Amino acid sequence: MAINEKKLEELLNQYPTKVKRNRKKHLIIKDSSLAHQEIEANTRTIPGIITNRGCAFAGCKGVVLGPLKDMVHIVHGPIGCAYYTWGTRRNKAKSDDPTKNFINYCVSSDMQESDIVFGGEKKLARLIDEVMDIFQPNAITISATCPVGLIGDDLQAVAKAAQEKHGVEIMAFNCEGYKGVSQSAGHHIANNILMERVIGQGDWEEAPGKYPINILGEYNIGGDSWEVERILEEIGYTVVSVMTGDGSYEELKNAHVAELNLVQCHRSINYIAEMLETKYGTPWLKVNFIGVQSTIETLRNMALYFNDPALTQKTEEVIAKELARTEPIIEQYKKICEGKTAFCFVGGSRGHHYQGLFAELGIETVLAGYEFAHRDDYEGRDIIPEIKLDADTKNIPEIHVSPDERRFRLKLSPERLAEMKKKIPLSNYQGMNIEMKDGTIIVDDLNHFETEEFIKLLQPDIFSSGIKDKYVVQKMGIPSKQLHSYDYSGPYAGFNGAVKFAEDIAMSFATPTWNFITPPWKNKPLLEGTIVEGGCSVC
Amino acid sequence: MLNCTPKELKERTGGVINPAKTCQPLGAMYAALGIHGCLPHSHGSQGCCSYHRMHLTRHFREPIMASTSSFTEGASVFGGGANLKTAIKNVFTIYNPEIMAVHTTCLSETIGDDLPTIIRTAEIPEGKVVIHANTPSYQGSHITGFSNMTKGMVNYLAEATTETKKEQVNIIPGFVNPGDMREIKRILKIMGIKTILFPDTSGVVDSPMTGEYAMYPRGGTQLKDLVDTGNSKLTVALGSYASADAANQLERKCQVPAVVLRTPIGVKATDQLLMTLINKFTVDIPVELEEERGQLVDIMTDTHFHFHGKKVAIFGDPDIMLAMTEFVLSLGMKPIHVLTGTPGSGGALGTALGNFEKEIQELLQEAGVPGKVKAGGDLFDLHQWIKNEPVDLLIGNTYGKYIARAEDIPFVRLGFPILDRSVHSYLPVVSYKGAMRLIEMISNALLDRADRDAKDEDFELVM
Repeated sequence: MAINEKKLEELLNQYPTKVKRNRKKHLIIKDSSLAHQEIEANTRTIPGIITNRGCAFAGCKGVVLGPLKDMVHIVHGPIGCAYYTWGTRRNKAKSDDPTKNFINYCVSSDMQESDIVFGGEKKLARLIDEVMDIFQPNAITISATCPVGLIGDDLQAVAKAAQEKHGVEIMAFNCEGYKGVSQSAGHHIANNILMERVIGQGDWEEAPGKYPINILGEYNIGGDSWEVERILEEIGYTVVSVMTGDGSYEELKNAHVAELNLVQCHRSINYIAEMLETKYGTPWLKVNFIGVQSTIETLRNMALYFNDPALTQKTEEVIAKELARTEPIIEQYKKICEGKTAFCFVGGSRGHHYQGLFAELGIETVLAGYEFAHRDDYEGRDIIPEIKLDADTKNIPEIHVSPDERRFRLKLSPERLAEMKKKIPLSNYQGMNIEMKDGTIIVDDLNHFETEEFIKLLQPDIFSSGIKDKYVVQKMGIPSKQLHSYDYSGPYAGFNGAVKFAEDIAMSFATPTWNFITPPWKNKPLLEGTIVEGGCSVC
Repeated sequence: MLNCTPKELKERTGGVINPAKTCQPLGAMYAALGIHGCLPHSHGSQGCCSYHRMHLTRHFREPIMASTSSFTEGASVFGGGANLKTAIKNVFTIYNPEIMAVHTTCLSETIGDDLPTIIRTAEIPEGKVVIHANTPSYQGSHITGFSNMTKGMVNYLAEATTETKKEQVNIIPGFVNPGDMREIKRILKIMGIKTILFPDTSGVVDSPMTGEYAMYPRGGTQLKDLVDTGNSKLTVALGSYASADAANQLERKCQVPAVVLRTPIGVKATDQLLMTLINKFTVDIPVELEEERGQLVDIMTDTHFHFHGKKVAIFGDPDIMLAMTEFVLSLGMKPIHVLTGTPGSGGALGTALGNFEKEIQELLQEAGVPGKVKAGGDLFDLHQWIKNEPVDLLIGNTYGKYIARAEDIPFVRLGFPILDRSVHSYLPVVSYKGAMRLIEMISNALLDRADRDAKDEDFELVM
């Protein structure tokens, strides 16, 4: 049963009037005959609606900073915020020096009532001293939580004093949970300070190898970035840094030497990507390593950019080799998945990226959306000039960088750059909507009510989102795949990731457990018939 | 694993590293789920609510529903009254619960939102109820939050309406799993005592797969029963940290006498529960329960050589730790490190509830076991203690697995949260039955290790 405007209206009519008016703008039925379909996004959450969204602290500390392994990430606040970001996002990290890998630690100033009343600055300063004494990290971040902004603790001052005392970079992030309307504000806050205080602080003037690149907006969930790096390194690229999966302060410092920045998650890192281009003249390429075809397209786009026949040839060799190895396996799983439909509702980028991988398995995405993406992630970057900042987000600082006097260098001539921009998504992202099929539905900030309603209307075969709705959907007898945590599996990126994903999705359809939901006494007649053929079978 | 943790101990006063607690609202949300037809509501910015739902859902592998006021910066400065009123209207219109149970976060507590006033002036549909508890994250722990929300149920709902108290008992089970709550109800049923267990998350966070999703599952304490708690003859609070406040409040408000007991883990604490009940209600101990107790003691005798004299480190929530320390001592084990992240006394918990460190030390001294005890400690402390004085077994929640791996210690998962194993929330650790299960878990951990470490010639068939 496809959705149409009438059905959508019926659904919305169940809301109170004000809620209906609001939600209507966050829902689109894709119609390519229209010149442009606008969606409202990145606006405040409706109180009581049961959103899936988190907060700015989660976006800053939980997403962007947390994966940086050689830094200690201090959370200044009561215990919860630190506790819930301890090991819950699966940003894997390994280190040659295990005494400089703090990924399994959770450090909090554990504010008490007295800290709220008298201020927590002194306690925070003591904590920094203790962290330096125990861990000697390469750098420290301090993330603010809700009450910090209210009581007026001056984190920047505490960080500055501590930095002078200890001689390592100590950065404070004012990512109080109430800033902005979602995780997105936190990404921006983290981007700003990493750009100002870390990137470009290293003394490299040249990359240590050929075709140097950075991978931006890749958090190594379940080992994704390791699989991407495996492929890139085999082709011959030099990965200077990953932001920030398995990343480190030491790597990020020298990120300025790359010739190209790859952007996987546009939402969380496009700020740094833009600033790198302004400051160092390095263009960025929108990439997608989720799905075999997207990975291949990305690799070919990269080869076009570097424009070196040897690299192009090696790219095609690696693609051919990987395809030969992985295609037959995926083909097997496809037999189980073919013809099914999916919902794909994830954070700020995967809602788009996984649609291609689903399609490779023969699964059509009938509903997709994001928790906290902005209009450009839906409609493409061309609409950025039209986006008006509302009262809830205009307090998020915008920083502006200028070309680095010494290090700015155009990586491509303006003519070549213009030519490239026509061929590949260089410093551009077209957004999710353009790839959606007509009649599918696009939802921003999907809530629990709509989840249930859309499932009733569209009856998807698989629902991919996060942990909070996983068990809701599963209770309905519908397979549910977490596309944040990968249900503790992965990697899902690259060629090996596509195989793993296919295996996991096929398993979620094929498990015999679905057959047991209805007890036999509910679907069989209660009275056994008395017709016995050929006498009694137990005699 | 945890290679950055040094052996050398130094005093720390700046905060915690690797906490053994989380914050109040999570406990309040869990308690509110123990009311039938209730939607918990988090009055703060939405990050808290998502985190608390996420954490509970990972422990139970069940849907955890809650709504939030979704504060923005404006509300954080000028107050969240409008957000809560909008939320109340939206929740009842869209999700139609019987009751909303509102808790707060460090945000709304710091700005000082006046919840009773906001709720009083909110649009609440006829026949629907909104209750609240203040749960500032900068006091106590998730256990304090559980306690505060349970107390909120008494404040708003309990009523003394009968002249004489009814032959029924209120039981506040504390922050335990639905499997434990079911077990407590089973015992009371066998004893033939009418019981109001509150909060009761059985049938809510252990609901069956039917192919249909129910936003408000069958379980949870019924609203009318929560009202009727004021008419009971006795309230038994299991676990002083999680349950005593509510029981005492019920005594003040409705003159229902309160008895505070240990969480009934192990033979002694379970005995105490049964003795309390037969003293107040004219019932005998049924033969089934006597048989279960006998079976437990039989098992303890049969297997004592598996664990006697073994050194144990235990960490977790205070009520569970007190009971568990007593239980492992009764098995002849030596709990040399006992730690909880929840502050031991003072603050919101009130010194009247006792002192964690003192109570554990008394248990250890009575058994002649020298041990380290800490309330308000963290897992960095515990790991350092273990480095300095190794143990044969570690008991605690999932976060202990890092220490267990770093130090190669057999590990038994107990308490909240357990994020890396399933089934645990369905089966009890309380009562004689639960104690049997704990012995099985402890024996298995120790004997699996003995098998793993044995040389071929020492590998035993019978153990």
